[in-house]
Amino acid sequence: MMVLAALFIWVAAWALNVRLAAMGRTLLVPLIFGLTIIVVWQLLVRGLGVDRVILPAPTEVAATFADNIPTLWADFVQTILKGALGGYLMGVIAALVVAVLVDRYGFLQRGLMPIANFMAALPIVGVAPIMVMWFGFDWQSKAAVVVIMVFFPMLVNTVAGLADTTAMQRDLMRTYGASYLQTLFRLRLPAALPFIFNGLKIAATLSLVGAIVAEFFGSPTVGLGFRINASLGQLSLDMVWAVIVVAALAGSLFYGLLTLAERALTFWHPSQRSQRH
Amino acid sequence: MDTEQDKNKMREQSVVKASALDLTFQTNDGPVHALKDVNLEIGKGEFVSFIGPSGCGKTTFLRCIAGLEQPTGGEISVNGMTPDEARKARAYGYVFQAAGLYPWRTIGGNIKLPLEIMGFSKAEQNERVTRVLELVDLAGFEKKYPWQLSGGMQQRASIARALAFDADILLMDEPFGALDEIVRDHLNEQLLALWARTEKTIGFVTHSIPEAVYLSTKIVVMSPRPGRITDVIDSPLPKERPLDIRDSPEFIEIAHRVRDGLRAGHIDE
Amino acid sequence: MRGSFGPILLILAGLVALWYAAAVQMNVKEVLTQAERDGAVITPASAAERRDAGRWGLVFGNLEHLGATWSSERSRLPAPHQVVAELWDSTWVEETTGRRGIVRSGSLSNRSLVYHGGVTLGATALGFVIGALAGVLLAVGIVYSRVMDMSVMPWAIISQTIPIVALAPMIIVVLYSIGLPGLFAKAVISAYLSFFPVVVGMVKGLRAPDHMQLDLMRTYSASKSDTFWKLRLPASVPYLFASLKIGIAASLVGAIVGELPVQRGGLGARMLGGSYYGQTEQIWAALFVAALLAAMLVWFIGWVERRTLHAMGVQP
Repeated sequence: MMVLAALFIWVAAWALNVRLAAMGRTLLVPLIFGLTIIVVWQLLVRGLGVDRVILPAPTEVAATFADNIPTLWADFVQTILKGALGGYLMGVIAALVVAVLVDRYGFLQRGLMPIANFMAALPIVGVAPIMVMWFGFDWQSKAAVVVIMVFFPMLVNTVAGLADTTAMQRDLMRTYGASYLQTLFRLRLPAALPFIFNGLKIAATLSLVGAIVAEFFGSPTVGLGFRINASLGQLSLDMVWAVIVVAALAGSLFYGLLTLAERALTFWHPSQRSQRH
Repeated sequence: MDTEQDKNKMREQSVVKASALDLTFQTNDGPVHALKDVNLEIGKGEFVSFIGPSGCGKTTFLRCIAGLEQPTGGEISVNGMTPDEARKARAYGYVFQAAGLYPWRTIGGNIKLPLEIMGFSKAEQNERVTRVLELVDLAGFEKKYPWQLSGGMQQRASIARALAFDADILLMDEPFGALDEIVRDHLNEQLLALWARTEKTIGFVTHSIPEAVYLSTKIVVMSPRPGRITDVIDSPLPKERPLDIRDSPEFIEIAHRVRDGLRAGHIDE
Repeated sequence: MRGSFGPILLILAGLVALWYAAAVQMNVKEVLTQAERDGAVITPASAAERRDAGRWGLVFGNLEHLGATWSSERSRLPAPHQVVAELWDSTWVEETTGRRGIVRSGSLSNRSLVYHGGVTLGATALGFVIGALAGVLLAVGIVYSRVMDMSVMPWAIISQTIPIVALAPMIIVVLYSIGLPGLFAKAVISAYLSFFPVVVGMVKGLRAPDHMQLDLMRTYSASKSDTFWKLRLPASVPYLFASLKIGIAASLVGAIVGELPVQRGGLGARMLGGSYYGQTEQIWAALFVAALLAAMLVWFIGWVERRTLHAMGVQP
């Protein structure tokens, strides 16, 4: 019965979306789609009697989430605010400083950048067990993993951005007899901003991945990664899903804030301008 | 400026002086002689156009004056200094082929850019922005962003930027090359008016014969491989030049001479 | 990058030197404790004083006892040559002379990194192929169906902002509990990690042709499938390969993380095992093999890309 209802709702919602899409409702359509998935999920789990240790129903997840808000908040603070954000800030600032040096010295450009490009493609999250051994179980080791993970993509993007000035723009600064620092702050850094934001966004997701995965290698009894492992051990899948909701919310929030900052600071860039029209 | 005395006076006040200037680029296909044995003097207050086909070294010569290229031979001085010293003394404003305004700064902010670098006070910066925007007929556009303006307005703003710090030389590298004919006529007229008001020395690179003849007091015809000067024409046209002067016999005669010079340079090859 | 060979070598040499120096500093305490047990005189003499002393102070106070920092067995940071030796032992030596090696037993040893690397590579490759194919198909659907575009695309973009790898342990445990083989469970994680980058990149690529090019096809009255095969698909190739490189790197991370919850072989299992038993050299060796795998996989995609572009007649 519920399975039939699920099928019916799926078809009906899709038909509705076809009509809404033709009307160009850009916000409503994805919302209905997301809602439909959750409703169908609920009906299928209930209708087919799926075991809760395999897939809990959304209502169960929501109830668990509501019941465990203090625990989840503590996990959020431990993993996201301390581990991910702490490492993110350190890694990003370090990458910015190194990028400016690389941009200044051709030797580093030729010697360091091929290595950095190579490193950016590696599964760096594998350093997690080493960092846990060096810096202990608490958030410091997670931040260390995050620092290494975000450093290389951030460096590669920023260096590309600092090089993204035209010969004419550089000549213009020369005709003014501008110093290196004046050129850096008035031309290169503003011109690099779109690239820097691209790096910041990539690094944002990586920082969450690093902080959570590093907890799989050892953590105190708090943190999103720890909670996932512990709840799996007790086969309480509803709690695992609740943690995943927290991680998803944190990721979207982080990304959303960066997008807002990007709009405010690079409003002049063609990619941002076309969105407004 | 026909008498011997006048000419002497001009020589005393020569702003740019190049003698036996050579510039050779080393490329993978062997050396390229961008400039060979170039001799030229530009007097104070002159409007000098450089015209010739691409590769004749007109832009390279302008960049040598600006200290953006280093000659490989010969002498060049600007206001009695080396071009590098002149650049550091902020002796000239440079206008490029494209406006090259920074998109993250407003029009006012773009004009302030050289003023900030040169350390003018805030009050002075604001006062100068207002003044030069009036000069190029852009008063009231201070708070707009470059991408909100038309191509012609952007180029006027870039001229304002070059005027802002009161250098007495203005170097312009095909500033109107990317604009359409109608806008270009209008800007040519405005440029002449501006030149009359400010009495600056202007070096102007173009590949349009009418533009060169209409604007200049002196036309330097150049030809490529190697880049060199084939003719220097002193224009007899009066300082007051309405647009329809382009239909006068004098104008057409000079245009002919320029065209002949260009053709001669071409046959030389 | 003209003439970058020299600078790269110099910087690599600098990094190795830094590594050796760091090994001294990181391992000094343990080494000095061991030396004292063997009867050497250490300054300062008491263990309590040493605990409070700075590491560099200990290094310069006991220069004659430092030899072991590059050779001790359970070091916090093994020296580069120790890692290389471990790599060699756990690949060539283990397979050729080990009791369970391929030479004596006829199958790869479960103590060798060749075996564990192979386990990870298999899951990565299987998952990547599934994820990339599904991603391309969904991208085609998104480009041609307005409803799919508006329903799915926002979620595909949001999914890139969240750490979906957090789902990995759960997927593993659930799939194991319903009896699916381990390879398949890990491949599922690899597949969905590579899926979203491919969708987003491919949609961008299929939409790369501009209005003029699309209008040109319309002047020929080209059918939808002509437009797809002759314009959209060729135009999307550079975007496809860029996202495949991201996707395959993500697949590898997925496979490694997928090996953490259930310890049945693979590089992730080796890392976690090394971390349990304090075998740092084993972690480092597994890490290097993972890096090597990643480099090979990205290089392979790049090779296919060059071949494809060459076949399409694109000049490099």
